[in-house]
Amino acid sequence: MIAFDIGLDLFPLLAATLASMGCAVLGNFLVLRKLSLMGDAISHSVLPGLVIAFLVTSSRNPIGMMIGAGIAGVLTVLLVELIKKLGRVESGAAMGVVFSVLFALGVLLIESEAVRHIDLDADCVLHGQLETLAWYGAPDTIPDLFSSSTLRAIPRQVLTLLIMAALALGFIGVFFKELRISAFDPELSTTQGYNASFLHIALMVLVAGVTVASFEAVGSILVIAMLICPAASARMLTDKLSTQVILSIIISILTAVLGYIGASVLPGLFGRDAVNAAGSISVMSGVLLTIAIIGSPSRGLIIKTLRNRALETQIAREDLLAFLYRAHEQGEQYVPVNRVLRAMQGHTRVLPKLIKSDLLESRDDTVSLSELGRTKARDVIRRHRLWEHYLVDEAGLSPDHVHEPAETLEHIRLDPPDFSGEDPHGKTIP
Amino acid sequence: MPPFVHPSESTGTLSSRPEHSSESPLSIHAMTVAYQRKPVLWDVDYDAPPNKLIAIVGPNGAGKSTLIKASLGLIPRASGQVEFWGGSYKQSRARVGYVPQRESVDWDFPVSALDVVAMGRYRRIGWCRPVSRKHKDIALACLDHVGMRDLAHRQISQLSGGQQQRVFLARALAQEADLYFMDEPFAGVDAATERSIIKVLRELKENGKTVIVVHHDLQTVPTYFDEAILLNMRIVASGPVPEVFTEDNLQKTYGGRLTLLSEASEAVARASRGER
Repeated sequence: MIAFDIGLDLFPLLAATLASMGCAVLGNFLVLRKLSLMGDAISHSVLPGLVIAFLVTSSRNPIGMMIGAGIAGVLTVLLVELIKKLGRVESGAAMGVVFSVLFALGVLLIESEAVRHIDLDADCVLHGQLETLAWYGAPDTIPDLFSSSTLRAIPRQVLTLLIMAALALGFIGVFFKELRISAFDPELSTTQGYNASFLHIALMVLVAGVTVASFEAVGSILVIAMLICPAASARMLTDKLSTQVILSIIISILTAVLGYIGASVLPGLFGRDAVNAAGSISVMSGVLLTIAIIGSPSRGLIIKTLRNRALETQIAREDLLAFLYRAHEQGEQYVPVNRVLRAMQGHTRVLPKLIKSDLLESRDDTVSLSELGRTKARDVIRRHRLWEHYLVDEAGLSPDHVHEPAETLEHIRLDPPDFSGEDPHGKTIP
Repeated sequence: MPPFVHPSESTGTLSSRPEHSSESPLSIHAMTVAYQRKPVLWDVDYDAPPNKLIAIVGPNGAGKSTLIKASLGLIPRASGQVEFWGGSYKQSRARVGYVPQRESVDWDFPVSALDVVAMGRYRRIGWCRPVSRKHKDIALACLDHVGMRDLAHRQISQLSGGQQQRVFLARALAQEADLYFMDEPFAGVDAATERSIIKVLRELKENGKTVIVVHHDLQTVPTYFDEAILLNMRIVASGPVPEVFTEDNLQKTYGGRLTLLSEASEAVARASRGER
């Protein structure tokens, strides 16, 4: 088992968590505005910014590179808006055009004579360089961390990420109400005095900032996953925007920590070398999203299946009770079980359950409604015939068209009106 | 030498001209709106009388929504001036409410009915301040007014189309405006919602407000509205419904769609016999 090593793990983990939080909190509004591709676009189109910064400063000075990337990021946002407006295309197409062209421009620049000698590693672009944030000469124990030398040792990437994450959280916190109205109804937002285009550009500039900061540390794949997955997972768990934002932050922290552990600890358990942390965190964000889609207590696949199953059972029970009620009306007190089963069309498992809960009485190979079962069956038949009556008398359908819709409507449990008489087929409404 | 001022620019506000009045909640002068260089609205002049329910009618693509949006500055005008009570839109923004078409927003958005209605209060709340108890209570009262108090905390996707429209109406009430623009509030709603909307419209009128509504059902225009704007790229006619709802005007607005016309003139005839 590999333990937590301050020198090796502290700063990479911190960088991953901060990047994840900053991306996730902004991602909520990207997902809501259906602009999920924006992170993808920005992280690709920063390439020419990086190369041009290198050409201008003729060094790999990180601050120069950051500024170049930042300008390229903001430029992407503005270009996307411009193309959307002038080219009259939807945002997806506009983002696709901008980032592929800018990325291609970056590739051309790298190929050019002036920068051919610099080593821009494709791996770094994809996975970032979390592992290079290791702290040599770190203290061995956690109490030793609380000293001024720790502050001095914090790598620039971590500081940048800290500032960007704080800015993102602060922006969403302060302008939450404004961002909500401008995302939900931009026109109302503008007429209420909150210019929606201005808020949109401000949000996108921040997305560009966080993306550029994160991109350097964790690479482009992870940036995309971090912008979208925590927000999308949180959306599955709640119908309230403020809760969604808070949940997305919690999920983003979980993603970073679990992903990091997955990269460093898990392979160790199987006697293998640690894998790339950024990749592992990306996978983890996908895993958590999958769990949310399947297991969400309000709208997950499991609960939906269970609800459908319960509804099917209820319908089958009510149909069976109604079937027996009609048989009793015809004077047949005891109905042979195999005829009941044939009428059930596959939902045979409700029969023993109904006998168990004393709604049915069985005698030899026949069944009959119990007193309790009769009351329940009466309600179903009453709803059915009331609907038939309504559909003919009020909605103007012809009598031979109303049985089918009434078969569906009878299962909706609502208080039927006081009405007695006959249904359109001359049967008494019980 | 004094700087040269073009005579038409020196006249100041529209209301200083005789045909416009500062009483009028909305004055439009020579407004033209174009999409992709193709005019959608052409040289529109209109003065809304105060304290009336006004219908905008016209065929599809006549520029009904455009008229509202361009007046509010939501889409750019190619030319022309718009004034509210003789002043600019900026000055009277707080007095103007807007109900967009229901389809214009994403109803799967994670907000409750109450959240949406409270958005009508945002102008009064101001930047960066949370929605206080007081404003929430007002929003609740507005929901109550349209019979939706019990559904205040429902997520909006769980509401029926009619209920969603009533949420929009409650949000407009929460704006406490003096002039309302409503873009097809009656589109695809159930009978209960239609009654609720018309009740609210009449109450607004009793309280001295002006409401301008894009409306599709010609038959109900004489019963629901005082005034009508017949629009087909330009204003064919505008004024009190009995005066402007003539077969001739409708023919000009709708062209040859005769079934619509006969239905409408029948409705006018009924209304003029006093069968409201």
